[in-house]
This record gives sequence, C-alpha cells and structure tokens, in this order.
Amino acid sequence: MTASVDLSSYRDQHFKGSRTDQERLLRGTSTLYVGNLSFYTTEEQLYELFGRAGDVKRIVMGLDKFRKTPCGFCFVEYFSRDDSEMCMRYINGTRLDDRIVRTDWDAGFIEGRQYGRGKSGGQVRDEYRTDYDSGRGGYGKIVQQKILPKLP
Amino acid sequence: MSRRKFDEMSDYDSSRDRKRRRTDAVEIEDRLESLILRVGEKSNLEGLASVLEADINNYKGKILKILSDCAVKMPEKTTIYTTLVGLLNAKNYNFGGEFVDMMAKKLKEALKACMWKTARYVLRFFSDLVNCHICKLRSDMWQEKHIARPYVAFDSILCEALQHNIPPLTLPPHHADNTYPFPWVVFRLFDYTDCPEGPVLPGAHSIERYLIEEHLHNIVKEYHLERKQCAAFLLDFPLKHKIPLEYMIVEVVLAELFHLPGPRYIEICYGSLLIELCKLQPATMPQVLAQAVELLFDRIDTMNVCCFDRFVNWFGYHLSNFQFKWSWDDWLESSQLDPMHPRAKLSYRQRIAEVVPEQFDCFVPPKPEPVYKYANADASDLPGADTAHRLESVVRSKGTSVEVLQALGELPNPLRENDETDPPYNPVQIQVFVQAILHLGAKSFSHAFAGISKFLKVFESIVGNNEEAQILVLREMHEVWDHHQQMMVMLVDKFLRTQIVSCASVANWIFSKEMMPEFTKNYIWEIIHATIRKMNKHVGRLQKEVTDARERRTGNDSDDSSSEDEEQRPRPSEEEIERMEEKLEAAQADQKNLFLIIFQRFIMILSEHLVRCDTDGRDFNTHWYRWTIGRLHQIFMMHNTQVERYSQTLSTLLFTQDLDLHILDAFNQFVALRS
Repeated sequence: MTASVDLSSYRDQHFKGSRTDQERLLRGTSTLYVGNLSFYTTEEQLYELFGRAGDVKRIVMGLDKFRKTPCGFCFVEYFSRDDSEMCMRYINGTRLDDRIVRTDWDAGFIEGRQYGRGKSGGQVRDEYRTDYDSGRGGYGKIVQQKILPKLP
Repeated sequence: MSRRKFDEMSDYDSSRDRKRRRTDAVEIEDRLESLILRVGEKSNLEGLASVLEADINNYKGKILKILSDCAVKMPEKTTIYTTLVGLLNAKNYNFGGEFVDMMAKKLKEALKACMWKTARYVLRFFSDLVNCHICKLRSDMWQEKHIARPYVAFDSILCEALQHNIPPLTLPPHHADNTYPFPWVVFRLFDYTDCPEGPVLPGAHSIERYLIEEHLHNIVKEYHLERKQCAAFLLDFPLKHKIPLEYMIVEVVLAELFHLPGPRYIEICYGSLLIELCKLQPATMPQVLAQAVELLFDRIDTMNVCCFDRFVNWFGYHLSNFQFKWSWDDWLESSQLDPMHPRAKLSYRQRIAEVVPEQFDCFVPPKPEPVYKYANADASDLPGADTAHRLESVVRSKGTSVEVLQALGELPNPLRENDETDPPYNPVQIQVFVQAILHLGAKSFSHAFAGISKFLKVFESIVGNNEEAQILVLREMHEVWDHHQQMMVMLVDKFLRTQIVSCASVANWIFSKEMMPEFTKNYIWEIIHATIRKMNKHVGRLQKEVTDARERRTGNDSDDSSSEDEEQRPRPSEEEIERMEEKLEAAQADQKNLFLIIFQRFIMILSEHLVRCDTDGRDFNTHWYRWTIGRLHQIFMMHNTQVERYSQTLSTLLFTQDLDLHILDAFNQFVALRS
C-alpha cells in the first residue's frame, strides 16, 4: 500500500534538469503543489487549512496566464519538510471549499511556474474536460468554444 | 542454555562436532522462539507447554527470556501467555517460581528506567498470573467477560498446581533526573445509556473498558501516519461485535485530541482520522460524532481552556469538510448567551452567514475589511493625512524605501519638546507609514507581506529596537485590521519573523489597557501562543547548533558520521562555539523575560479584578475570571517544559507567598504536576 508521503507518478515535463535531479529535489522539498481548487478559493482559506499542518512559509496562487486571476491551483511552501509531510498525510484528499484537494510534492517554486499552461491561459485539464464545474469556470475550454458559436 | 557453556563442554570434541551442535542449538532456540511468539487464541497450548517442558532443562534461560519479553511486548495476548505459564507451572513448579522472579526483576528495572508502559504491562501480567492460579494474592480477581480466557478451559489442571508468592515489589529510589509521565486523566464521554440497542458499553470502572481503550489507542499509535489504514484497522477491531465500537472509537480519538498537556500527535491527525471514519461508516459514525459534540457543548462552561480551543478548532475544520451541515436548531439557545461566553470560531464567514439561520446573526462577525484612517475626505484634518496620500502614490509608482523615508522625514515630531531633545522615534511617522502600507497591501496576505518585506528598511529606520515604537506599530495594525482576526494573527507573525517587533513587545501590547476589551477573543491567544512558540523554537534551534558544534568538535573520528549528502564541515573553533553559546544565552534571557512579562501581566489583571470585586462586594467568580484563570493555566500547561526552566525565578519574583491564593494556586498546581 502506498505511503501517503510517497512520490506520485507525475513529473513536471517543464523541469530543467535530469530525472534524478528532479527526484532528489522531490524527496527533499518542502513545497507542495495543490490542485483541484475552486477559482474562488481565497488565500485566507488556504492559509487557514494548510496552517493546520505546520507553519506556512508562503503560498503562491496559480494564475491564468492572460487574465492573472486564480485558475484553481497553488503552491504551498512550509518551513520544514516534516510539516509538509504532515500536509501530505492529513490534508491531501480532504475538502477545501467543498472540493477534494490533491497535494503532491513539488521540486520548488520558480518565477513563471505560477501560470497555467493551457492554451486558453488556465490549467491544461480545464482545456479538455467535458464536465460542467461551476467552481472552475463551467465547461472545459474546448467544449465552451464548441457551444458558444452556436448561440444566436 | 548459553552458547558459551556449550563451547566449554565441547572442549574434547572435534571442531566439526562443536559447530554442528552450535547450529543445532541455534536452530532449536529459534524454533522455540517462533513457536512462543506465534501463539494465538487457537493454538494448542497444552501441546506447546509439553514441547517447552521437554526442552526446559536445556533451554530454560532462553524460554524464560522469550516468555517474559512476550508478556510485556504483546499485552493483547496477556491471557494466552499466562495460561501457557500456568500450564508450565503445573508441570514444573520450579520453572514457575523462576518465571515469577524474572517478572519481578523486569518490573524493578522498568521502574528504575522510568519505562512506565512496560511497568504497567508487567503489573497487569502479574494480576493475570493470579487469575491463572500461578500466584497468590489477597484481593479480588478482576472479573470481566470480553477478553479470551484460555485458562478457564484448563481450570482443572491449573487448580491443582501449587501457587507461588509474589516476591516483595519495592519501588526503586527516586533520582533527580527521573522523568515521570503526567497524571493521565481518563477521558470519558459516553455511558451505556448513550448507546442505542445493541452490544452494551462496558462500565466506566470496568477493566474491559480500560483494556479495549488501550488496544484502540495502540492501533492509533501504530497507524497514525496513515489515516486510511488507521480508520480501517479501528473499524476492524477484533471484538467489534461485542461492544458499541463507534462510540468507543470516538471516545478514544477525542481522548487523544483533548489530552493534557497536549495531544500525542498534531490535531489535524485526529480531525482527518475522524473524517476517514465517517467516510467508511457513513450510516453510523456521523451520528455518534454529533452526539459527542452535543455532550461536549453541554460541558463548555467547565471545559479546560486548552481543550476548548482544540474543540473549536476541530469542529470548524470538521464542518468545513461536510458543507457546514449541522442541526443548528438545537443550538438556538446559545444565542441568548452572555456575550463573554465562549463562541465557536469559523473562518468561512460568508458561508456561515448564508448557511446559519437568522437567529444566529449576533454571532456572525463583522465583514473582514480594513479601516484606513486617512481614507475619506474628512480625514484630511488628521496630522499626516497629506503625507499618507503622498506615500500611496510613491508606493504605487514603485518607489523605494529611500523615497518613502524622504516623504516621512517631513513630518513634525510631537514628542520633540525643543530643539535640544532628540526623541527616539516619531509616532506620527509610524502611524502614517503603517496605516498606508497596510492599506496598500489590503488585498490579500501576499500583498501585505510583499509590502512589508519591500519596505523593511523603512521599518528599521523609523521603529528600530524601541519597544514603545514597536508597540505603536502593533496598535496601528490593530486599528486597521480590527475586523479581520486572521489577518492580525498573520501580520504579527510576519512582524516577528522580520524582527520588526520583538516577542516582548507583542506580549506588552497584548496586555496593554487598550487591548483589554479584546482579551477574551481567540485570536489574542493564538498570537500569544504563537509568539511563545516562536521564541521556544528559536532557543531550541540555537541549543541544537551549540550541541552539534560541540559534538563535531570532540567526536570527529566517529564511524557513524554524516551521510553522503552532507558535506564535510570544518571543525568549529572554540571561539565560534563561544559565540554560539553567547547567542544562546541571550536568547534564553529573552525567553525568560517573555515569560516574566506574561506572568506578571496576568498577575496584575487578575489581582486588579479580585481587589475591585472585593471593594464592590461582588462575587469574583465571573465568566471573565474563570476564562482568564483558565488562560493562565493554559500557558503553564502548553509550555510546561520551557517554563519549568525558570520556575525558580518565577517563584522568587512573581509567584510569592503574599499573592492572592487563587492566583498562586495556578503556579502551585503547575509545580505539583512536575514535582
């Protein structure tokens, strides 16, 4: 059974460096990626929840590349690795703003990584998804584009 | 039989024979060990006893050791091992005696080494040895029904066996560096009337209740790092059909959460565990939890302050995972409560306002918006208003600290009486700057922190180390953000980290007259405890640095040196270590000072209250008083290890005999706990 602090299978494809470098960083980092947030979740709410695992050093909101508005993810950095492990054990998979959040190890925040990588400016997953999610702008971007032109 | 003896005896044999005998012996010992370790409820205890008895002459020492180890390390199998020992005793009286002696020795060693859990298990084993007719004792047997009692089946054999006397068990003498565990108050929430039809909850004083709780606690201890597994194992408890399992689990988890002085694991460990339990048993768990909350809510008046904080924190967290659904109707009567009465803190103000019925409007806190002194048009009369607006444009156009200081430099200083005096700070400068910078960074925490970080030099220049100036910073911050408690907590944290204010300044500000109306609010205590903790962490870090440095200096050729990742650090010089020790001493002095300030202030406000009530002829035991004394107790409780270091100073300077008994009592209780 996987331990809650194990690395997931995700590896950031934009990471500059070798796979081994990346994994070494992931095993020692105190920064976590947090996904599946609502676009309306505030920094305050994030501090309130993530502060329960330990002292938060900083939170960087994930932003739409063009609109510079929150697009449903963030980075949470703790002062210690131990505290970030607490986060993986006790916060990953629980709810924030009524949505189940997912936390994963991150190699470290670098300027530029706070922007969504989807073509429309948000996260890639919001480009392709087909469900309706009111907390994440409604339908996925591609679906939206298919619908909109049809309106009179 | 030790391998050594074997060697001696084999002096005359060939080396090959010796080797063969040694491996045989080892094999047999291993087999015995595995047989004994793996024994379970369904084992053939008679058979095993016979096997062991056959080997007793050759392997007595080993068997004694394994059995006594198992007795202590596997408390859940206590009755099985006592049965085994009982059967062995029936076959071999001397063996039984030697076993009893061994257990007595184990108890003595455990007590001497302050290994309390081991000692408890040994005692428990002893009492079961009585049940098994191995030992004689003059008091009642513990009759209980749930635990498997294999020896009942063997009663006829065991009754015939001769019994031993338990050797006198004397407590070892107390040593100065012995540490004793705090008295463990047993947490009980439910009694059998709380549980619906079904298996009965064992009584509060029954040994079953205690044993099952202990087993559940052990499961939590074993799996606390993996909440899903923990929940699964708890719900899969072997005796689950004989007890109202969900009730006992909730009681055990809450017992740990509310444990004093502090929970074993971080609070969210228990919060997330309860959520997992609710997910696995959605039909029953949530109801049991709801019952527990109601019972706790009924006891809020007398609840220990530490526990109250944890309860509130947990409850808000729990609700936020279940869309804030709750049966609010039952809580309506609380809206008629005395405003001093503790209220729950929930940070999702918006959601609450929507979800909670109108009758609770009195509880909905004001909108968390900043109050900027120089905001509206009538503010232009205020001194410094012009400068404030100028600062705003300087900052908005990406101005530097230098430019900001220039703008501030023009403000006259009300503290300057004449051209001779040079006041240590300019209060108007501080007011204008703090208000402006917080107003500009009002959008979010990140904005506020960025603003503070960017203009640290300004803070250094106009505030510096002057405590009054630092307190003024905090006061202005409070003026701006009075309606947003979370923001204030975060800002104080930031100010401390950037060393804009010192821990002592924070303490003096919190206890100042202006802040008295805020005294009972939760965020005040968050700030105080965070400040103390920060100071403690700082001292701890410096302490570790000194210890590490000393170790590196003395033990340089150790085999188990640093891992491959650590670089080889040069040996620290004596001067470097001295400097570190000086830093440590300075930090410890600050820590002592912080506690002195806090306790002194407590004594002052409590004494004032008692004197005033005395002169007015009122009863002093108001909500406020109980609350405040509770908060004093909480400081002792939460930071007991650090406070202990300075308890001599505290008793000489502050908690002296002439102090009012009620206040002195808090200190005495703390001392008693650790004596």
